[in-house]
Amino acid sequence: MATGPALANSAPPRDAIVAAMRDILPADGVVDDAAGLRSYESDGLTAYRQVPLVAVLPETTAQVAAILRWCHARGVKVVPRGSGTSLSGGALPLADGVLLVLSKMRAILDIDYANRVAVLQPGIANLAVTQAVEAEGFYYAPDPSSQIICSIGGNVAENSGGVHCLKYGITTNNVLGVELVLMDGETVRLGGTLLEQQGLDLLGLIVGSEGLLGIVTEVTVRILPKPQTARALLLGFATIEHASQFVADVISGGIIPAGMEMMDRPAIHAAEAFVGRGYPLDVEALVIAELDGPAVECQHLVDEVAAIAGRNHAVSTRVSHSEEERLSFWAGRKAAFPAVGRLAPDYYCMDGTIPRHRLAEVLQRIAALSSEYGLGVANVFHAGDGNLHPLILYDANRPGELERAEEFGADILRLCVEVGGVLTGEHGVGVEKRDLMPVMFTQTDLDHQQRVKCAFDPELLLNPGKVFPTLRRCAELGRVHVHGGRLAFPDIPRF
Amino acid sequence: METERLQRAIADAGREGRRLEIRGGGSKRAIGAPRDDAAILDTSACRGILAYDPAELVVTVGAGTPLVEVEQLLADNGQMLAFEPFDHGPIFGEPEGKATIGGVVAAGVSGSRRLSAGAARDHLLGFRAISGRGEAFVGGAKVVKNVTGYDLPKVMAGSWGRLALLTELSLKVLPAPRERASLMLEGLTDAEAIGTLSRALGGDCDIAAAAHFPQGTARADAVTLMRLEGFGPSVEARLAALTQDYGGAVLRGEEERALWEKLKTLEPLADGALLWRIVVPPSLGWRVPKGLDGFARRWLYDWGGGLIWLTASDPEAPVRRVAESVGGHAMLVRAAPDVRTFVDTFHPEAPAVAALSRRVAAGFDPAGVFASARFAGGADAH
Ligand SMILES: Cc1cc2nc3c(=O)[nH]c(=O)nc-3n(C[C@H](O)[C@H](O)[C@H](O)COP(=O)(O)OP(=O)(O)OC[C@H]3O[C@@H](n4cnc5c(N)ncnc54)[C@H](O)[C@@H]3O)c2cc1C
Repeated sequence: MATGPALANSAPPRDAIVAAMRDILPADGVVDDAAGLRSYESDGLTAYRQVPLVAVLPETTAQVAAILRWCHARGVKVVPRGSGTSLSGGALPLADGVLLVLSKMRAILDIDYANRVAVLQPGIANLAVTQAVEAEGFYYAPDPSSQIICSIGGNVAENSGGVHCLKYGITTNNVLGVELVLMDGETVRLGGTLLEQQGLDLLGLIVGSEGLLGIVTEVTVRILPKPQTARALLLGFATIEHASQFVADVISGGIIPAGMEMMDRPAIHAAEAFVGRGYPLDVEALVIAELDGPAVECQHLVDEVAAIAGRNHAVSTRVSHSEEERLSFWAGRKAAFPAVGRLAPDYYCMDGTIPRHRLAEVLQRIAALSSEYGLGVANVFHAGDGNLHPLILYDANRPGELERAEEFGADILRLCVEVGGVLTGEHGVGVEKRDLMPVMFTQTDLDHQQRVKCAFDPELLLNPGKVFPTLRRCAELGRVHVHGGRLAFPDIPRF
Repeated sequence: METERLQRAIADAGREGRRLEIRGGGSKRAIGAPRDDAAILDTSACRGILAYDPAELVVTVGAGTPLVEVEQLLADNGQMLAFEPFDHGPIFGEPEGKATIGGVVAAGVSGSRRLSAGAARDHLLGFRAISGRGEAFVGGAKVVKNVTGYDLPKVMAGSWGRLALLTELSLKVLPAPRERASLMLEGLTDAEAIGTLSRALGGDCDIAAAAHFPQGTARADAVTLMRLEGFGPSVEARLAALTQDYGGAVLRGEEERALWEKLKTLEPLADGALLWRIVVPPSLGWRVPKGLDGFARRWLYDWGGGLIWLTASDPEAPVRRVAESVGGHAMLVRAAPDVRTFVDTFHPEAPAVAALSRRVAAGFDPAGVFASARFAGGADAH
């Protein structure tokens, strides 16, 4: 396989690509007019825009396979897209690529309560899964804030989390199987209604692969019985240090709350101004801790957590006594992004994770960077697992401010890695953090990752330009030692 | 230092076309086809606790650290490996204590709590390793939430040493439950037991583990167990709710632990030479022994019916065909050496998946240093 299709660098003209797509799909499955294409020009990372060559909306796995087979044979690039809410530019189109949109494949294929799984098409919205099973007392645990819109396929690709993932895990811990179409059009099934796979855990590689390894056309997820009750505490602290010590003490005290969120002063004020649910305004940090389970368990834990808060000098403590009150505690947190969005014309959401004990120090340094760059910042924090969302405030209409915001963001992520954390806790690398990958990984580390890409898509046609800072040719990466004129694995295609 | 020595050993083997078999404590060495084409690469030099802060829920350890050492450290701090790993020694008639943390993770060993808390793969956050190229590399990280780059820890967990030598692991740890107790039902048939467990697992009692011991395995009568864990008042409330729905007796303390221990040592299956590990959709578990009819000798169910440990009377028993007929797969765990040479350890994969796995493996280990006759099929076919 010295020359793959991608190396034949004469991709067909646009007209030919559109015509071929029309042969495969019904008329409304191909979007090629300027106005129609513009609605796909960016995802949740709106600073990046690019109109795709053509957008296609298949309805079946067979159509997905036919599209990929055709594109593969002719060296045409493909970018998958679910609902387009990626915050890292994962679904950013390519000028010379087909945008493959999964939004028409949104059926629930099976709900198996006896085995507690649901089989879904990838385009279904995350929240629709819970809605489909809640009458039977079940729910789908990963709950990204975008859950009304974002698709399960996108969740799989980004390995998305939510406020409840501290206790219930992120997407990868809740997915048991996928059907996947490879770039060459071959369809494979990985996993299923089983709690364990044999062989290499390819399913584990697919989750979080940001659309670079294959198109997910079916997903089997675990559904869980809903906890009997949930209670929340709303806790104010005079210092970030007190709040982080509280979080550490809860966890080392043996309690894993269903969710534990923190906001800093600017975020608290913005949220309160937006939704007005009585957040205390004279504190530096606000923590929402949610506990779930049988009523007695909640009561027991509420008491323990309130006591830990007291020992850590909480200056205000409220405990929810009704479902309505619990939801009102969350209202401000859930609206934190749009609330902060009102403070400035634009905001830029970062997503690093840090070891929790470095929080106070990291927030201090972010504050210092904030004055250095002359841009405001508000911090929202998945406190239980150390996932930090600094929201950088800027005005894209002022020349140079977007660039400054991006540099500020990059500095924050470098800081996260410096203290032992990572570039992204749940939003993915995409185009956004691609060039920062060497901050966290050596070239050797990245080569080992990219060879996985080569195993699935040796011609690098699927979502190129995402995740990897430099796309090295697979032939170069795959070089092997030849000993005694004999290759190991002689039956394996070399790339 | 140590890593460099191991790197050189692996690189040399690659250049010279030799094969290496990675060995931790050797507690699972009797799994797979007997082989003599590989030199042993011992992980015992990679031993020790490298970092541990209970409040961060992460422990970083050398791959060669004995499992018992890691578990002791965590227990001293009121924490645990929630996937409930165990030592394979007793399954092969050897004492416990040999298994290393690297071996447990590389073999994807998850115990009864896998049902509710996830498997070994769900708890491996990051690693350092040396690939078949003789190159040191890392995957994942040392924090509990991370999606930076491909999730290589997933593919390393359960890879049985076929991609790279793990030298260092960062594992997610969780608080150990303060209380635990089990509800025991007696005298149910397999189908009744699995049906009951399915129903109970669909309820809101947050069952940590669910197992069934058919008649004459744990006790003379069949025993069905549902384990509850957590805070005292919560365990009691859930026990009361379950008892109201299903009756049964509450077990605690040593008596309770001893029963669950049998799913780790597999003592009730000790006398069967041929031991299979079968994973199926939980609600269909009971069909497997039935489908095997006279070939099945004794069996135990874990994971609410989703995992069956079964001894068979005959190497020709159609275990794989029956497992497949309900959508599952079967691994041969224990058998005489001659049987292991002609029966593959792992269930054959679909050809396209097997080809993909081989390509992924070749990326880490192009010269096949870690490929071995031990596991025919799958990533190792050569
Ligand atoms: C307001 C807001 C709040 C958010 N909150 C959270 C949050 O709390 N937690 C969190 O984790 N994320 C959050 N996100 C980010 C985003 O919603 C998630 O990453 C989500 O999973 C993306 O899903 P999507 O369907 O929109 O995917 P898209 O944006 O369309 O695509 C995302 C990536 O997945 C790939 N892809 C999509 N579908 C497929 C498929 N079927 N097969 C293969 N690849 C595919 C794309 O190529 C792309 O790389 C938020 C975003 C917004 C805008």
